[in-house]
Amino acid sequence: MTDISQNSTSSRASRRPSARTLLTLAGVLLLVAVPLIAPTMQLLINLALAKGIAVLGVTVLLRAGQVSFGHALFFGISAYVGAFLVASMPGADMMLVLACGVLGALVAGLLVGLFVVRYRGIFFGMLNLAFSMIFWSILEKFYHITGGADGIRLTRPTVLGLEMERGGFELVIFYLSIALMVGLGWFTLRWFVSPVGQVFQTIKTNETRLEYLGLSPRRVLLSGYMLSAGLCGVGGSLMAMTQGVVTPEYVWWVRSAEMVFIAVLGGAGSVRGAFIGALVYEIVRIYASAYAGDIWQLLLGGFLLVIILFAPGGIMGIADSLIHRKGTRQ
Amino acid sequence: MNLTIFLLALFDGISYAALVFIVALGLTLIFGVMRILNIAHGSLYAIGAYATVSLTGFFLALGFAPVFAFPLMLVSAVLVGVLLGGPIEWLLLRRIYDKPEVLQLLVTFAVFMILEDVQRLVWGTQPYFQASALQALGNVTVFGVTYTVYQLILLPMVAIGLLLGLRFFLRHTVIGKLILATTEDREAAQSIGIDAERVFLFTFTVGAVLAGLGGALASPTTSILPGMGADMIVLSFAVVATAGLGQIGGAAVAALMIGLGRSFAVYVWPEVAVLVPYLIMVLVLLVRPEGLFGSPVARKI
Repeated sequence: MTDISQNSTSSRASRRPSARTLLTLAGVLLLVAVPLIAPTMQLLINLALAKGIAVLGVTVLLRAGQVSFGHALFFGISAYVGAFLVASMPGADMMLVLACGVLGALVAGLLVGLFVVRYRGIFFGMLNLAFSMIFWSILEKFYHITGGADGIRLTRPTVLGLEMERGGFELVIFYLSIALMVGLGWFTLRWFVSPVGQVFQTIKTNETRLEYLGLSPRRVLLSGYMLSAGLCGVGGSLMAMTQGVVTPEYVWWVRSAEMVFIAVLGGAGSVRGAFIGALVYEIVRIYASAYAGDIWQLLLGGFLLVIILFAPGGIMGIADSLIHRKGTRQ
Repeated sequence: MNLTIFLLALFDGISYAALVFIVALGLTLIFGVMRILNIAHGSLYAIGAYATVSLTGFFLALGFAPVFAFPLMLVSAVLVGVLLGGPIEWLLLRRIYDKPEVLQLLVTFAVFMILEDVQRLVWGTQPYFQASALQALGNVTVFGVTYTVYQLILLPMVAIGLLLGLRFFLRHTVIGKLILATTEDREAAQSIGIDAERVFLFTFTVGAVLAGLGGALASPTTSILPGMGADMIVLSFAVVATAGLGQIGGAAVAALMIGLGRSFAVYVWPEVAVLVPYLIMVLVLLVRPEGLFGSPVARKI
């Protein structure tokens, strides 16, 4: 896993645009063209992009060698903040819903983060799971506020003060999702090579040496944790606005598991892998659910085992080795 | 809060703690010896419960007496351990002992996802209820409070028996000492001829049997639903983390704290009852990051 994550940063450093950059550009352009060439896929891809941004949050933590089984917590908090905002302030602006949702996720990320950054490995993963289960049962139990298992509706927010029709709004949110994907993906890549990001990734290799340098691993991990919570918040908010309803299912452990799965599928620690993984996952899921709806988790689990045991680099790892092989042949 | 309610909460707490402890015991044993947190432990618990309900239903329909439910619980637990626990260790975990902790966690998580669906495929999504074991033992009245013998006497006795039995087994039998030696230092143990692979296989199977037994014993007291495995893994992790990972005696104390905290909350403030175990865990971990009975580990540099 380590090799791949380092590859992706070093490839950015080369002067000539690499095959990877060109492919990324082509991929983004292809996504931009989706409403024109495949309008039926638009909603599906929008959900995949929202999920991809959340998966990016999990990916960030994987770079520090940590896995969280409860990041759907921030996904859900952001979605619920948005839903409550629109309920109390009908016709709120889309950007306001997004901003408040992300703010909510960041505050939650700070509170939970202050506690969980004291731990690594097993405790880190399981405590995150516990926090998400706590929030999930709050959502289910206090149904007079949260609507219980039925959730609450998130009526369509306005865009720059304009009431929009369904089709128009979906188009706006689709391009907003693409813009956020590119922007946040770029930001995360830059963050990884920034001093904080570099220190953050050394938590995976050797934390004690970090302390000898006079740096606090907890503070560094907390900043990465906040970033990951914020990214999950963006994803949750986009998902909630696209679907128009938020349910406790947003926070359910299955959702967290799905995020971890996609992150590992795409290539643990790879920014592009998070989005490619999410797109592949959503598209396969739509077509597979007709045949394998009952055994979906079973397939996911089985596939996760296969990736971990036989292709630890995920999709990006396989793609990298293909590109690399071509390069050596020339 | 009058005496009756106090006693009811106390009894609820004790019987609940006994069940959680049995499951947590398996989890902490596996972790203590193999340094792996088995997330699939929750599924093994649920499958133990489902298997008991199915077997009991089958044999009662053949005309067996309700008392026959008790040996069937043991049978289900052993089946879970041998048919699921053994192969999981043998086929999967054995490949990943030298991998990073995060990967080990992901592997057991993947097994958990698979087993959750397997339950749904085999037993469907409708709830099961099979309380013949509970009814077979009747009720007992203590200070004017009537409670089932099964929950008030049998469950705590099984829990205490397992705790003492496991302590005795680890400290005073040859196999137990082999396990302790492997836990202490795997390489040194292997160099004096201990087959560490067999020790791990045995430990994991015993842990899985305990998970199955917890489910089997829980089955008469609750309805068996999909999702009970997910709840139980988080709850038993809360117990194990509160006690300190790998602390067998500590797990009993933590289970009692969490069980009693939860049952009193049910009578005082029912909405937050499900949160109490986690609140206790978070409070304990804030003060003692290694758990109540855990000791800080020396770090390798």
